[in-house]
Amino acid sequence: MEYEVIVVGAGHAGCEAALATARCGHKTLLVTGNLKNVATMPCNPSIGGSAKGIIVREIDALGGEMGVNADKTLIQMKMLNSSKGPAVRSLRAQADKITYPQEMLKTLKNTKNLTLQEAMVEDLIVENNEVKGIITEDGTKITSNIVILTTGTYLKADILVGNTRTRSGPHDEKPSMHLSDNLKKYGFDILRLKTGTPPRIGKSSIDYSKTKREDGDKEIYTFSHDIAPIYDVNNQEPCYLIYTTPETHKIILDNLNKSAMYGGLDDIKGVGPRYCPSIEDKLVKFKDKEKHQLFLEPESLYYDDIYLQGFSTSMPKDVQEKMVHSLPGLENAKILKYAYAIEYDAIYPTQIKASLETKVLKNLFTAGQINGTSGYEEAAAQGLMAGINASLKLKGKEPLILKRNEAYIGVLIDDLVTKGTIEPYRMLTSRAEYRLLLRHDNADIRLRQYGYDAGLIDETRYAKFKNKLNDISKFKEYLKNTKITPTKEINVIFEKIGTPLLKDGIYLYDLLRRNEININTLKENKLLVSDFSKEVEEQLEIEIKYEGYIKKVEREAEKMIKNEEKLIPKDIDYSKILNLATEARQKLEKIRPESIGQALRISGVNPSDISILMVYLRKNYNE
Amino acid sequence: MEDTIAAISTALGVGAISIIRVSGNESINIVNKIFKGKDLTSVSSHTIHYGYIMDKEEIVDEVLVSVMKAPKTFTKEDIVEINCHGGIATTNKVLELILTNGARLAEPGEFTKRAFLNGRIDLVEADGIMDLINSKTEKNRQLSINELNGKVSNLINDLRDKLVGIISNIEVNIDYPEYEDIEVLTNEKILPEVVDFKNQLEKIIKDSEDGKIINEGINVGIIGKPNVGKSSLLNALLEEEKAIVTDIEGTTRDIVEGKINLGGIILNIIDTAGIRETDNVVEKIGVEKSMEIIDKADLIIFVLNNNDILSKEELKILEKIKNKNSIVVINKIDLEKRIILSNYDKKIIEISAKENIGIEDLKDEIKRIYNIDNINTKDMTYLSNARSISLLKQSLTKIEESINNINNDSPIDIVEIDLKNAWELLGQIIGETYTDELLDELFSRFCLGK
Repeated sequence: MEYEVIVVGAGHAGCEAALATARCGHKTLLVTGNLKNVATMPCNPSIGGSAKGIIVREIDALGGEMGVNADKTLIQMKMLNSSKGPAVRSLRAQADKITYPQEMLKTLKNTKNLTLQEAMVEDLIVENNEVKGIITEDGTKITSNIVILTTGTYLKADILVGNTRTRSGPHDEKPSMHLSDNLKKYGFDILRLKTGTPPRIGKSSIDYSKTKREDGDKEIYTFSHDIAPIYDVNNQEPCYLIYTTPETHKIILDNLNKSAMYGGLDDIKGVGPRYCPSIEDKLVKFKDKEKHQLFLEPESLYYDDIYLQGFSTSMPKDVQEKMVHSLPGLENAKILKYAYAIEYDAIYPTQIKASLETKVLKNLFTAGQINGTSGYEEAAAQGLMAGINASLKLKGKEPLILKRNEAYIGVLIDDLVTKGTIEPYRMLTSRAEYRLLLRHDNADIRLRQYGYDAGLIDETRYAKFKNKLNDISKFKEYLKNTKITPTKEINVIFEKIGTPLLKDGIYLYDLLRRNEININTLKENKLLVSDFSKEVEEQLEIEIKYEGYIKKVEREAEKMIKNEEKLIPKDIDYSKILNLATEARQKLEKIRPESIGQALRISGVNPSDISILMVYLRKNYNE
Repeated sequence: MEDTIAAISTALGVGAISIIRVSGNESINIVNKIFKGKDLTSVSSHTIHYGYIMDKEEIVDEVLVSVMKAPKTFTKEDIVEINCHGGIATTNKVLELILTNGARLAEPGEFTKRAFLNGRIDLVEADGIMDLINSKTEKNRQLSINELNGKVSNLINDLRDKLVGIISNIEVNIDYPEYEDIEVLTNEKILPEVVDFKNQLEKIIKDSEDGKIINEGINVGIIGKPNVGKSSLLNALLEEEKAIVTDIEGTTRDIVEGKINLGGIILNIIDTAGIRETDNVVEKIGVEKSMEIIDKADLIIFVLNNNDILSKEELKILEKIKNKNSIVVINKIDLEKRIILSNYDKKIIEISAKENIGIEDLKDEIKRIYNIDNINTKDMTYLSNARSISLLKQSLTKIEESINNINNDSPIDIVEIDLKNAWELLGQIIGETYTDELLDELFSRFCLGK
């Protein structure tokens, strides 16, 4: 074999996958159509967001690159939901579209065991349902033990604008013409998806006086658990907020039949995501709304494009001109790039195991948009997991499968392989039933050990993590063993804070349960001494304040794990369970869940089917 | 493959005809062996055939036989139903013939179990059918039928829809924190909605407890000193009700003592054996025993003797039953009045069990306490089985916790945890799962996106 691992595609998934296998010591080849487009952001210029920001933290905890790369290149940072509970806080950065790919390329080039090559991959070398390498456009064969496909939106990609359909990837890049047909030949079911992107506007052609300025946070944050902040908190790029006007709505509705998605093209098969509808979709589905919110987001410090968030469309160019000019502040705006929709092939993700290896071809892994997801963060997370599991497989070890109560990444992959998807899948906090456990603040506590075990966290970073754990337990000991006794002075302070006065002594740990008391108030009043880091203090504060709820969710998770532990024999023949509803039987046969827990989450499999399955298992397998 | 089962599926001896149901692969073959008429193995599905059930050469009964082939049957298996015209003895004979020809006697509820296992009915329906099978009075039967018709599902779905409205709005705020045109839900904003929801839930629980009374009856304890007349009171109450004191579950017709139908509601007199026993044996009042009954019963009838003064023990019991549903009955009003009952402000019923005086007053008082005349089952859409009511109550607890959290100014996503739990608990009543449904709701109600 020429390589141990070949990664096809160098988007967010491909970069993470290749870095992971190379860092774990495997000779890796990363193949991409254009090395200038490594880790580009063809859509919105931001990394993170609600739930997604937590995924970036998880990637970082496991030893992935996205968090560090975003920290190096961000031009604005915000903590979302900071007024809500700790479970839903999440970072979002505006990342620079020029420097983000540059920094990633630099990292790739400086990674040992990693070779980069420009080529279009059109087929795989397959023997006995096992992948042995790739075949490029010009017929060159390159062999490897494992292939990871991270082809993004490039499989048979079509760009749709108005009534035109052009076979092309984003930014006029060459799409892969035959790979998806070849995958079909090997037995994969292919899914057609679509997504869209809004127009880009010239920075200097906007009248900002008609917009509302949105600045970054004054507090400083990083995605990474290890590196110090790089950006200047006092000098962040602003975004701007505007709304559509009645005139915008009239233009869109008058020209609806010209939109590619509304009759401009009659051969559209791709299913678009509900959570990022085009502006046409928004007007049609929500007729009563008088206006829709749009954000103007800077793409880079190094060129002029402003991303018009919320205005994705597949209208012809002349209509796009009118639409944009009807917006406040954009009357004289110059459109630098027109909006377009893109249609592409993906595989039904139920054909993939939770390790991200496909069920169809051995040693073939897939990650990112090819698995039906949407979003840079979702892609990077899968790339990282595919890389880790490829490495574990090469070493003959069991795959790393994160559970739903351990990581958003676990929720993401479990949803994909268990439920499948028919639209581009985006992570949302509401998909995570144990989200109180899956917080921004504890990503390292949840996952760093896995990253270390996988070989992606070096000793220095690991030692730092171990120290933090140690500090947390020391601080906890201190809070649990330090008692405040009711003296006159103390009660004067308590009165000032506005908390019930003390009659008996109370441990700091219990005192912190009170709503109106936090570590800072205690520190300010010299009732608590701590030189522990802010993260350590925060960890304890969350643990104490939300103890009841965390325990509750942990109990729920235990129930889930019990069902996860009820394994379904691999040789089970669902056609022998006569009483199963037909739909349930088909779904179970297709997905072949590993456990009762997974079976329960398959849509179309009802609780009554599960009881029938359980009865059958008990009868035939004595379980 | 499951074996073939058979049972008499009508109440024994109640109607003019009885139906024997046979379900399973062999059901048609088995009945065909003892049927004289058409060849049942070659008739079309869902047809009825006239003929005779034969024991060798002898006619046992003249019958109508319905043949229903899988899968469009109650159990999704082949089903044969035999309408017998004879009485208990004949029906039993037919059943016996079916059993000797290869079927097995069905366990109680086994048809329903198969219907459930074969995916014909869901858990709630199964629950409803079991209730229907076990129902003993007309009101009870109507209630079970309502549960069967999916009225419960509708009711629960309505409740869940209301809750999901609140939850999805909170979720949208979390997933799309910067959308200024989506209403930002604060604790203050959701409080009235959650409180309103709590009130609805409480009402349904209250109604459902009425439903439980209809289904399971009221457990009544009759206590009092020996010779005070407990036994005669019991007999007086039972007098007109002999018709229903049979158990229709079994094949035997054991007399179950102490079940009284009061306007459609069953009164279960507990510890009837004790009542009779203590009358025969002269002993000191068993205070301990009485206390035990007081704890077990929903309603206490405390019998005092008009002809005797109050004992210390009786005063103790009066104190104990103060805060319970209880009726003080003074018996033997045909004798001279010696009892003095001061400081007792609840209604007292005076009777003579022996002379059958005042028994109606006692019944009226029971009806009044439980508002029996006003329990209307015709439009009953509340829940009647213990599992459902328990889930409703758990759900209510969660709602109360969330209100508590709102008042303590907890973050809204913490408040939401309890709301979601409440929603899941309600879902368990109708056997539904969540997440996808929640997301669908989220996307159908809100306009979001990039």
